[in-house]
Amino acid sequence: MSASGTADPAGARAHARAMAGTRIEAMPTVPATDVAEPPEGVDPDAMIWEETIGAGGYAAKELRRGARLRLIDLRGDACVSMLVFNAERPVERLNVADTVKVQWNAYLRAGRLLLSDMGRALMSVLTDEAATHDPFCGPSNERTPGAGPNWSTRPNARERLLLGAAKFGLGRKDVHPCINWFKGVHVGEDGTISVQLGPFAPRRAVVLRAEMNVVVVLANCPHVLDRREDYVATPVRLSAWRGPVTALDDSTRNATPEALRAFLNVEEYFRR
Amino acid sequence: MNDPALAGLPPQISLDEVVPARAPWDHLVRTGETLRILDLEGNQAVDFLLYAADDDSERYSAQDTIVAQRNIFLRAGSILMSNEGRPMAAITATSVAYHDTIGGACSCESNTLRYGHHTKSQHACVENFLISNARHGRGKRDIVSNINWFMNVPVEADGTLGIVDGISAPGLYVDLKMLMDVIAVISNCPQINNPCNGFNPTPVRVVIAAERTQGH
Repeated sequence: MSASGTADPAGARAHARAMAGTRIEAMPTVPATDVAEPPEGVDPDAMIWEETIGAGGYAAKELRRGARLRLIDLRGDACVSMLVFNAERPVERLNVADTVKVQWNAYLRAGRLLLSDMGRALMSVLTDEAATHDPFCGPSNERTPGAGPNWSTRPNARERLLLGAAKFGLGRKDVHPCINWFKGVHVGEDGTISVQLGPFAPRRAVVLRAEMNVVVVLANCPHVLDRREDYVATPVRLSAWRGPVTALDDSTRNATPEALRAFLNVEEYFRR
Repeated sequence: MNDPALAGLPPQISLDEVVPARAPWDHLVRTGETLRILDLEGNQAVDFLLYAADDDSERYSAQDTIVAQRNIFLRAGSILMSNEGRPMAAITATSVAYHDTIGGACSCESNTLRYGHHTKSQHACVENFLISNARHGRGKRDIVSNINWFMNVPVEADGTLGIVDGISAPGLYVDLKMLMDVIAVISNCPQINNPCNGFNPTPVRVVIAAERTQGH
């Protein structure tokens, strides 16, 4: 008999089953309705996702129109790269160029939209305690200094996004330009970019609202311009819950003529 | 070679064409060859993508290019990077101070947001990219953030940005020396609702040139 007691199937089964109930920080809570700290004002029964991802972790989730997605940078040094697809037809996806161009602004803030390449709002930013986000730099890749291949202890963000996308049947061509949450970028007058890498205060949160049925892919890897020797990406808590579809009198919907037309296009898409 | 528009190019010209206003264009350009794009009448935005010829899931990445040079503007000396972090091409010369790579391509759909639904029927750069790419088996998933040669998109201190009056002029150009074999795809921008083409789309000229020793 081996020391682990796994010499036969019954022993291996007992060994495997003895792991049940283990809790670590970077793991999903299943069911999500068992969430230990439900978001303020949210009925735990409305929870559809509760997961913490650690350094180099990633996750992908389908969210229905109206769902809320909250990201908390638990210890102030996370960098969450995000892809967004139309869940029904993933050839429609986040377009960061249209997102900044149509809204006439380079910086993501509360009240701004994440626009698809089909002239529709995929998601909106409901609240934002960070105001340091980055639509310009994209994910690290295997050639980024300090980032390694996917199987190493320093996985690069691009391959993490690829894996998340692959689990929805998507491939390399679907890994589009991304948004990096929690790490900021500033553009100088001469075009120079400077990144704000923190560390920041713990527990800064961003809450997004799905304006269409979407698939989000999230990877928590050091920012592509983070040159610290250590691979630093502190844990991020991801929480999602059901919510109402955006009302016609919603302030974000009506904030600008461009936003209003993005919502009109969404509403037209769902007129079936 | 007495054409002043060809000054400074390597001697062996393998292609010299005019891309009509509003039209798409694509061509294989090999490692070491130079692609010159000439803004014939001035302030004509040229939307531009690159795909690696041997694996077109590797393509131009605006984000990787910005990271590599820590600047959003493309200038002489800029290296155009792929989504895999590999250098695809170098801007070896340009007579325009800088070019854009954050503004993306106009589309029928985004035009409805930017200008109103009356612009949905107008021709747009994404239409050109789709038609050009479709002949090679590429589709909508292959459209990513592109380059806009001769287009001016300043970003102000509070993040306000927009396509404003151009800084190009008749006869100005950009030269790209390829660092891998690429498919270059152009949409000669048909936009008429903002100043990227001076509200009047015009033709551009494309030239591919190589040193004689290459002998293709």
